[in-house]
Amino acid sequence: MLYNYLEFIVVGIGLALLLWESFASPKNKTSLALVGTLGLTAVFALLVLGSSCPSTCNTEAPAWMARFYSNDGFAPFFKGFALISTILVLLMSIDFQKVLNKFTSPDGSDENMGEFYCLPIFACAGLMWMASATDLVSIFVALELVTISFYVMVTYMRRNVGSLEAGAKYLILGALSTGFLVYGIAWIYGATGTTAIADLNIDANAGSALMFGLAMVIISLGFKVGAAPMQLWIPDVYQGAPTPITSFLSVASKAAGFGVAITILKPFLAAESTSATVALILAVMAGVTLLYGNLAALAQSNLKRLLAYSSIAHAGFLLIGLATANYSAVLFYLATYLIMTFAAFFVLSLVRSAEDSDEIDALNGLSKRNPLLALALTLIMAAMAGVPLTAGFIGKFLMFESAMANIATVGWTVIVIAFLGAISGFYYYFKVIKAIYWHDAINTNAINVPVISKIAIALLCIGILVFGIYPQPIYCFIQ
Amino acid sequence: MLLLALILIPILAAVGIFAGLPARKLTLAAAGINFALGIYAALCPACVGTLGFVVLENPAISFSLGLDGMSAVMLALTVIVTVAATLSGSCPEGREKLWYSSILLIAAGAIGAFVSTDLFFFYAFHELALIPTFLMIGILGRGGNERVSIAWKTTIYLAFGSIILLGGLVLAGTQLDSLAFADLKPVAEHQNAIALLLIIGFGTLVSLFPFHSWAAPAYASAPAPVAMLHAGVLKKFGLYGLLRVGLAVAPEGMKHWLNLLLVLLLCNILWMGLVTINQKRLDNMLGSSSVMHMGYIFLAIGAAIAAGGNIIDPATQSLNLAASAAVLLMFAHGISIALSFSLADRVEAKTGTLEMNQLGGLAKSAPKLTFLFGLVAMASIGLPGLANFAGEIMVFISGFQGWTPDQALGPVQIATIIAIWGVVISAVYMLRAFRNTFHGPAVERCEKASDLTLTEKAPAILLSLVLLAVGLYPNLLLNLLK
Repeated sequence: MLYNYLEFIVVGIGLALLLWESFASPKNKTSLALVGTLGLTAVFALLVLGSSCPSTCNTEAPAWMARFYSNDGFAPFFKGFALISTILVLLMSIDFQKVLNKFTSPDGSDENMGEFYCLPIFACAGLMWMASATDLVSIFVALELVTISFYVMVTYMRRNVGSLEAGAKYLILGALSTGFLVYGIAWIYGATGTTAIADLNIDANAGSALMFGLAMVIISLGFKVGAAPMQLWIPDVYQGAPTPITSFLSVASKAAGFGVAITILKPFLAAESTSATVALILAVMAGVTLLYGNLAALAQSNLKRLLAYSSIAHAGFLLIGLATANYSAVLFYLATYLIMTFAAFFVLSLVRSAEDSDEIDALNGLSKRNPLLALALTLIMAAMAGVPLTAGFIGKFLMFESAMANIATVGWTVIVIAFLGAISGFYYYFKVIKAIYWHDAINTNAINVPVISKIAIALLCIGILVFGIYPQPIYCFIQ
Repeated sequence: MLLLALILIPILAAVGIFAGLPARKLTLAAAGINFALGIYAALCPACVGTLGFVVLENPAISFSLGLDGMSAVMLALTVIVTVAATLSGSCPEGREKLWYSSILLIAAGAIGAFVSTDLFFFYAFHELALIPTFLMIGILGRGGNERVSIAWKTTIYLAFGSIILLGGLVLAGTQLDSLAFADLKPVAEHQNAIALLLIIGFGTLVSLFPFHSWAAPAYASAPAPVAMLHAGVLKKFGLYGLLRVGLAVAPEGMKHWLNLLLVLLLCNILWMGLVTINQKRLDNMLGSSSVMHMGYIFLAIGAAIAAGGNIIDPATQSLNLAASAAVLLMFAHGISIALSFSLADRVEAKTGTLEMNQLGGLAKSAPKLTFLFGLVAMASIGLPGLANFAGEIMVFISGFQGWTPDQALGPVQIATIIAIWGVVISAVYMLRAFRNTFHGPAVERCEKASDLTLTEKAPAILLSLVLLAVGLYPNLLLNLLK
């Protein structure tokens, strides 16, 4: 029943929190985050109930929205993905609030923190609509809801120059990419006479006009997922944004971008007249993205920037899956990417709170300061690098497998670049492990882990191990 | 189930150590139980059964374990060296958790790699064993601050090898019905590329020339148990993989690169042999010698490639000569190098140095240590009666198998003839090191050195007995390969 209205519920939660914050002004702003978490968890439960509903119950979208909305295919996966990410972002923000307070109000109190807990919820609604959108226009509207929420969140630390710089860069390049998207949609409409993806009738309408429109759309989606040639904003914005928002950008926003890319590109990759060209474009993008992300990551000494470049590199791997039309592998990779990335950012936000630094040097001697946290970060970095028996390896393995099974589509050059990328991944992720264990600490105070972060990191690390050994459950969720 | 227990016992023990249980006792108990179970399993591979559990449906990956002759020998090697490694070395005060849990995790990874019958987990378990190896070298390695750069170089080298290897395995895997060992068969396309990737990938892990430069410094720097487990057991993973997987999926490709492999392995034997002669420290010398000896095992693999790539003799259903030689020599080298590192560590503990020009005359004050070191030096040279001789002689014979005097010498035969000269080089460096360290006028630090105590002797005696037993009666192992 409620299955098709989940996004409205999410928006409702966001509005309710906003009103509560404006008129009742809770003493402690973190209660907003906790209530938001509870609400989103309830929505997640509804989603699971709805998507596991036996075929007898009617989950069809009502007629008035069926034109642009559907829950078929991968939509439930991406909605669950958005909800889980948002919940984790809210939880991470609670432990990160100390840093945020410092940069949002002159006296370091939490009085300006209210909206920070509401905005991710609106972005979440947008991400969920994106997952269900079946029409180019509804995709555009949902995407803008997400992007505009992000403009505010990225620049939320208004007394911090880095955050402002990140916000300005994100705004300008985001606007550019929106321009590309609208322009592309206009060309596609011009070539086919429709904006409904199911009615594009690609083989009949194929031609340079359609391909030009599609190319514009791909470029603008490349901005969302951080793929070359639209990846330049990533390092600065990731570094400047508040850490929870960086994780939100790098996981949820990227995944939603891939979700939309699958929705739009699936018919193009299936149509005889366009599949070869589209696959070639994606393969080239994958190669360039992998090359850029991995090469630039090698030289980083700031962990947040390192994670930014690594997220570009991950986008490159994901593009390989997209180019070979191996969608379930893409989804699987995204699921493992969520676990690893959030775990990494939880640790990073702890270190930032304790050390006021995002540099890798700040981790020197972590093994002596907090052995368990050191072990967790080791596991996370190993998973990111793709060490077997962790979830990260299975994702990479599936991408390699899918590339090598489709050598004609992907091409040897891209495969070689992907493998070289994996090797350089070992170098830059293990640099963190090296700092943890092999270098002596500058500061030997123990790092205390707040209880929410402790539970979240523990659960995510268990996820890394369990899905690294037994990945089938994620696959069951995908299908 | 027994095989699963062999993997889980060390892992659970490592978890127990982290939870605060007494580290040394628990490790000894786990290694002891594994020793008993492992030897039982190796003697009767049919008794342990198999295990299969699908972890991913598409592409099909299953967690499957099983044992046959070749893996039984490797399993036996692993459990023997694990017990010896647990008893060797001296753990720095306060680092027991790291020290003993690393030993256990390396052992678990090695056992897992050798008993897996699915490519995916075969590869994965090996990596599990590598991580604690890196950490131990970086944290507790010898050589002051240099240990960090040595550990870092080893990490990057082995990661490079692993990824190249993964490329080869995936390229082969996409053309196979499943990743199970039982389904491995020569693939239709890209055999040359697969073979080259596997030779470089596995070769880097085994320190094949020119990808060997990580090995000697890493062994010299690593704490004794880690050097024993890595040089003795883990390194054999690459050779085992080439025999088991490389020859099965790309026999034609391997043949294509045979001449290249022969040249590289001769570089291992002769070039590294000369490098070894030039070493001034005992641990560097042992590390280089282990790189050199890999050449002989590669030679056996070369002979197996030349013989057609099918390592199972169709007539007798047992391993053919070249493959048996490789397995026997892997075992012998594993035991002897572990023994050498264990004893070298004791020399350092007793005298405070491993610089050979600062040592001398240790025989007077430490006769037991001298005897045991002499024994392993002889084994390493290839003296009859010790396991290495049996392996090396079989390698040399297998090089000439199928060759008749009226034929011209083929590349394998020429390589074999040149490789035999390596024995002379081994004799030179081993005897020289033995003389410098244990004979001659006693220097002060050696006069004051004490002899081995009972607990220090235990691992060395265990390993020496194995060397003697297999040396005197190689059929102990060869029967397993039938």
